[in-house]
Amino acid sequence: MSEVLLSARKLTKRFGGLAAVNDVSLDLQRKQIHAVIGPNGAGKSTLTNLLSGDLPPTSGSVRLGERDITGWNPEKISRQGLGRSYQKTNIFLPFTVWENVRLAAQSRQPHALHWLSRATHLRAVNARAERAIELSGLENRKQAIAGATSHGEQRQLEIAMTLATEPQVLLLDEPLAGMGVAEAERMVALLLKLKADHGILLVEHDMDAVFTLADRLTVMVNGQVIASGTPAEIRADAGVQAAYLGEEH
Amino acid sequence: MSTMKANLEVLPRGVQVTLALGLVALVAFPFAGTDFYTQMVTRMMIMAIFAMSLDLLQGVTGLVSLGHAAYFGLAGYALAFLMPQGEAVSLWWTLPVAVLASGLAALIIGFFVVRTHGIYFIMVTMAFAQMVFFLFFDNKVLGGSDGLYINFKPDTTLFGWMPFDLDNKRTLYYFTLAVMLGVYAFLRRLLWSPFGRALAGIRVNEHRMRAMGFGTFRYKLTAFTLAGALAGLAGYLWGTQTGYINPELMGFHMSAHAIMMVILGGMGNFAGAIVGAFAFEYLLHVFKDLPQVGSVNLGKHWQLWMGLFIVLLVTFAPRGILGLVERFGKSRGAGDE
Amino acid sequence: MDLANFLIQLLNSVQYGLLLFMLAAGLTLIFGIMGVVNLAHGSFYMLGAYLAWSLSAYFGSLTLAILGGAALSAIFGLALEWLLFRHFYQRDHLDQVLLTFGLIYIFEELRSIVWGDDVHGVPIPELLSASIPLTENLSYPVYRLFMSGVCIALAVGLYLLISKTRLGMKIRAGAFNRDMAGALGINIKLIHAVVFALGVTLAAVAGMIAAPIASVYPNMGSQVLIMCFVVVVIGGIGSVRGALISALLVGLVDTFGKVLLPQVAGMLVYMLMAAVLLWKPEGLFKQ
Repeated sequence: MSEVLLSARKLTKRFGGLAAVNDVSLDLQRKQIHAVIGPNGAGKSTLTNLLSGDLPPTSGSVRLGERDITGWNPEKISRQGLGRSYQKTNIFLPFTVWENVRLAAQSRQPHALHWLSRATHLRAVNARAERAIELSGLENRKQAIAGATSHGEQRQLEIAMTLATEPQVLLLDEPLAGMGVAEAERMVALLLKLKADHGILLVEHDMDAVFTLADRLTVMVNGQVIASGTPAEIRADAGVQAAYLGEEH
Repeated sequence: MSTMKANLEVLPRGVQVTLALGLVALVAFPFAGTDFYTQMVTRMMIMAIFAMSLDLLQGVTGLVSLGHAAYFGLAGYALAFLMPQGEAVSLWWTLPVAVLASGLAALIIGFFVVRTHGIYFIMVTMAFAQMVFFLFFDNKVLGGSDGLYINFKPDTTLFGWMPFDLDNKRTLYYFTLAVMLGVYAFLRRLLWSPFGRALAGIRVNEHRMRAMGFGTFRYKLTAFTLAGALAGLAGYLWGTQTGYINPELMGFHMSAHAIMMVILGGMGNFAGAIVGAFAFEYLLHVFKDLPQVGSVNLGKHWQLWMGLFIVLLVTFAPRGILGLVERFGKSRGAGDE
Repeated sequence: MDLANFLIQLLNSVQYGLLLFMLAAGLTLIFGIMGVVNLAHGSFYMLGAYLAWSLSAYFGSLTLAILGGAALSAIFGLALEWLLFRHFYQRDHLDQVLLTFGLIYIFEELRSIVWGDDVHGVPIPELLSASIPLTENLSYPVYRLFMSGVCIALAVGLYLLISKTRLGMKIRAGAFNRDMAGALGINIKLIHAVVFALGVTLAAVAGMIAAPIASVYPNMGSQVLIMCFVVVVIGGIGSVRGALISALLVGLVDTFGKVLLPQVAGMLVYMLMAAVLLWKPEGLFKQ
């Protein structure tokens, strides 16, 4: 199915006179990994924030499936089925790994304003959390305090929390950042597995991973899209080589 | 951004035992002490309820309110307005109405205040509470600066039968104790409920909570309203015990006292709020009763000692009494999960 | 309301607003640059008023009292910052609230010990005790115009300091990016001390010039503190310009409110704040 899960049209974000994101359009389809690459300062993080609702756009639109979600706040977008992970680890440091993921899973629980039941006894929530923990390989670390785990484990936790909200669309901001070789391979395998029933928009610097994973690439420089296409097309694009690929790694 | 500060939510075995012993002492106390001390401890228990209500807001949800006393005082005023000059009113409907009044006020003010963050939140809670203070202070109709008298204790008669008489100091003591325990049990239950876990998540990392789909405004507003209602419960009991309500009970100093009680005991587990309330009230008595040394009446300058104590507390023991206990327990290697 | 009355209320509004600005400017600078919330800010206002009372009696001149008082306040501010506040810049807001609340208690008691608990008046200097006639029956006190004048002069001085001097540039750099400023060799600790002392002095001078009109009495700091907070909330934390506009707005609403709608006068300013919060939860001019 090549149904479009997420699309941006002429998305622009200005800060004063500076356009951090300028007239960006892209599509994300189901069962697809679409990678956004570009040098530092290209506006990739800003774009991610625009898509997840963390920042309102100056102009342009965003659609999630059939719905126009332009200007929606993050919680509303999340409930519509978009899950986002962060470049800078954004977890609950004092809680255990399990509680981090359980809380994420609880977000899908209706009537979570329930005052008298015991949170840890909610079966559906626990099942969701269990699944996310398994997928991200953290079974053995459930009782560890998140703040005391290694950097790689925290990145895994980032993903687990995103998965626990059972989104259709995954927006992943540098999931491989700071990971060792083995951990990175694991993550790549996970993403390929997830591709089967999600749409994944990936912002990454690790070029090996990008070219392994991506079905489609969008290249951004200075806030604008300079090329968009299949990995082969992008690799061959002279403009991209000049602006980016030649300098990186 | 996530803060590293973990609340002490699961109380160590030693602390639990001590608290249980404390409860036994509280139950037995009226038989050992005089009327004066019974009243004093009743007052402490009322403050404990007030402190617990703030702990829900501050310790669990992370919202520092400098205006919490407004809801405390409002319920007292509600009781004063509901009680006619010549006779007592029934406890059974005035208590819920007063608590609801405080809750409603918290809901309305909360609607404006909860949309702010950090230092703004602190300042606007203070500002709105002062507004309420001046509303009562400036208007003779509402009692003005002199306040209002509550001439009788609420009547507990139901269908012609009086189950207990609040005029009896001992009965009032046990009634207050029961309410305090009830509030404690309720809040502990709430702490481990889905709602309570969400509040804790909001305290630690509200940004991520929103990104995960939680409507954090609604959660915070609910916590704010509930905390206000519980503060009202304490205020109603205060009015019942003292028979007198004035605007100072809604003021900035009262709100700050509540904050200090919660911090002194240790935030986030409600037991600390009880401990802190007792300790704070006791300390206040100690400072005010200091003797005359030479030509200087030390007790007259109790604010100075209190101020110094607060500064020292925040400098050296910011997690309060239970925080010290926890630190002490850890350094002795007592590994209790 | 006829023209003369309107003019009087307008002048009163501006004078009150400017006074609030002196306090709010210090508070918003200290918070904007060092991230410290200071509940004891009203105590500095009170300190100024009591200094004005003592020193004007000692020197026999209000002017000398203000100059002397300003110097003493600055020294006091530096000492307080060095001793206590600088250790709390990185701490929780809650800890800061607690610290400064403890300080309020301490300052109140010290004031009681040093100056006693009576209410005092400070005489208006001869030179400024006249009134400018507006109509047959109404006139406006010169001293109030003097107050506004001093505030305006200080406001202009503050503006020049912050935007035109090297010190001001360093202050702005420190506010913008503390670590970077430090790396560039700017003595951040000194900047913070100066900003803190400046905030304290502004508050104290406000108390000093207000003393002849408002009297000198215990707890005078707490009422003005609340207004100050309202001004900062409406204006936006960290914005001195916001504090000025907000202070004038509050001055107008409060003064005209007391005259036109006396029953709700006390609440009007808070309603203004509530309205602003609905529209802009971070103040009108948030940085």
